Amino acid sequence: MTLAEKILAAHAGKDRVEPGELINVRADVVMGNDITAPIAINEFRKLGVSKVFDPQRVVLVPDHFVPAKDILSAENAKLLRDFSREQGSVFFEVGNMGIEHVILPELGLVLPGDVVAGADSHTCTYGALGAFATGMGSTDIACAMATGEVWMKVPPTIKIVYHGQLPPWVGGKDLILFTIGQIGVDGAIYSAMEFSGQAIESLSMDSRFTMANMVIEAGAKAGLFSVDAKTLEYVRGRAKRPYTVYQPDGDARYSQVLEYDVSSLEPQVALPHSPANIRPVSQAGDIAIDQAVIGSCTNGRLGDLRIAAQVLRGKSVNPNVRCIIIPGSQEVYLQALREGLIETFLRARAAVSTPTCGPCLGGHMGILAAGERCISTTNRNFVGRMGSPQSEVYLAGPAVAAASAVAGRIVGPEEVLK
Amino acid sequence: MIKGRAIKYGDNISTDLIIAGRYFHLRSNFPELKKHALEDADPTFVTRVRSGDFVVGGQNFGLGSSREHAPLVLKLNGVGGILAKSVARIFYRNAINLGLPVLICDTDRINEGDELEVDLAGGTVTDLTNGARLTFGKIPDVMLRILNEGGLIPYVKKYRDIALPS
Repeated sequence: MTLAEKILAAHAGKDRVEPGELINVRADVVMGNDITAPIAINEFRKLGVSKVFDPQRVVLVPDHFVPAKDILSAENAKLLRDFSREQGSVFFEVGNMGIEHVILPELGLVLPGDVVAGADSHTCTYGALGAFATGMGSTDIACAMATGEVWMKVPPTIKIVYHGQLPPWVGGKDLILFTIGQIGVDGAIYSAMEFSGQAIESLSMDSRFTMANMVIEAGAKAGLFSVDAKTLEYVRGRAKRPYTVYQPDGDARYSQVLEYDVSSLEPQVALPHSPANIRPVSQAGDIAIDQAVIGSCTNGRLGDLRIAAQVLRGKSVNPNVRCIIIPGSQEVYLQALREGLIETFLRARAAVSTPTCGPCLGGHMGILAAGERCISTTNRNFVGRMGSPQSEVYLAGPAVAAASAVAGRIVGPEEVLK
Repeated sequence: MIKGRAIKYGDNISTDLIIAGRYFHLRSNFPELKKHALEDADPTFVTRVRSGDFVVGGQNFGLGSSREHAPLVLKLNGVGGILAKSVARIFYRNAINLGLPVLICDTDRINEGDELEVDLAGGTVTDLTNGARLTFGKIPDVMLRILNEGGLIPYVKKYRDIALPS
């Protein structure tokens, strides 16, 4: 069995499962945010159930519109807060809050071998830990909060092998953008993706989170990495409960095996309006930008901020550009402060925000006007995603976003550091 | 049998196009939220949609976010079902959970404004305007049961369980 099949079989109480099979799965963690949980709580009430299945395994994170951007957002966050108090379930208040997909692994709430049902499409991020994590909607989560179970179709698995060592300034974001460019926004629809190869072995956990985060952009149900020494090192000291490490079998059956040599891969950029509209940065064209955003559940981790600081150190953001940097959690923020990264950002004339999803989905903290262009380390560049339907979003990793902020147009880091 | 008129779009209609993130603070106000359905793809949609109409797409309908608001605003506008060549999986789950049928079929043969007749149990779509007869794959029993109960909440309330029929 593949890694996905092994985890699902174990959580369905079966010896083995086959792709296409409909199964009932026990969820280790059920998660929602301030967009999806208000509906989920409402639907939960309709079930006539008074208690969630396990308060330690129901996690609500207001992160999209907090600190509350207006009265209605405040009411959404309050709904989550009140419900969590009533249930005694896990809740993250502003000041303790981070972006859901950054803090759940960081605090050891999600662990290797888990099944996670999250009411957010980027729930797939936790696949970096060797977990089966998938996004669902509010009604699914309402029922999962009540029963601790979800029904699922076992996905076929696409294995992707990356050969070679990545060149400098090329990371997880570039690998996943490149892959989505190769297979398209529906290239992995209904499937699990399983990542391996030499380039993956040497990839940092932060870069693995970035890759798993964006598998949904290829339509995938989950994106998984095998647990290795790096995973165990990450989990050590964070895990507060036992967990199980699963590995794919040597004779696992994959629906496709894709192999790429990435030893000469350039930093990648997704042009509007699709994450599959990929160019190497040298072929992105002469694109002047108005804004650069560095953060989000995709690239708001410490490793991302370190890369941005490497590029911005001693430099100044172009006067025509607004550079907005959003650490993904309080812990990331604090560590960036200790390492002097925040000072580097401020001296470079970047704006640094408290953790929030912010502009990624057009919420607040950096919305685009008609005609404006933004380079962003976020995950989607659909029409209207970050504001006006007449604005444009270009997706890239933190190195390209920071370099472009300095240059005022889309460039790779080597261009501003030479 | 469900009958309705086709309102047709192309490939990759994202959840951002169906309901943009900038309106999410309207969570508590569905009558207001539904006025913005498909706004960035087709500003005329909410004025011309009639109860029972089918939204017809191409490949990968509903890609993107897990926002249940997307199928919900379509349902609140009276949409009777979604027909597409392929559908993003979270959108698919959400629609079924809300009791909104989603049918995977070759939508190239359907034109804007055509009158359609759908036989859910039989697995067929008839385009009454041009006579085309399309088939869609059998909807798995669990989803049919959820649809027949009007969505996942009524289903779980009735059966007290999400257990699949074995």
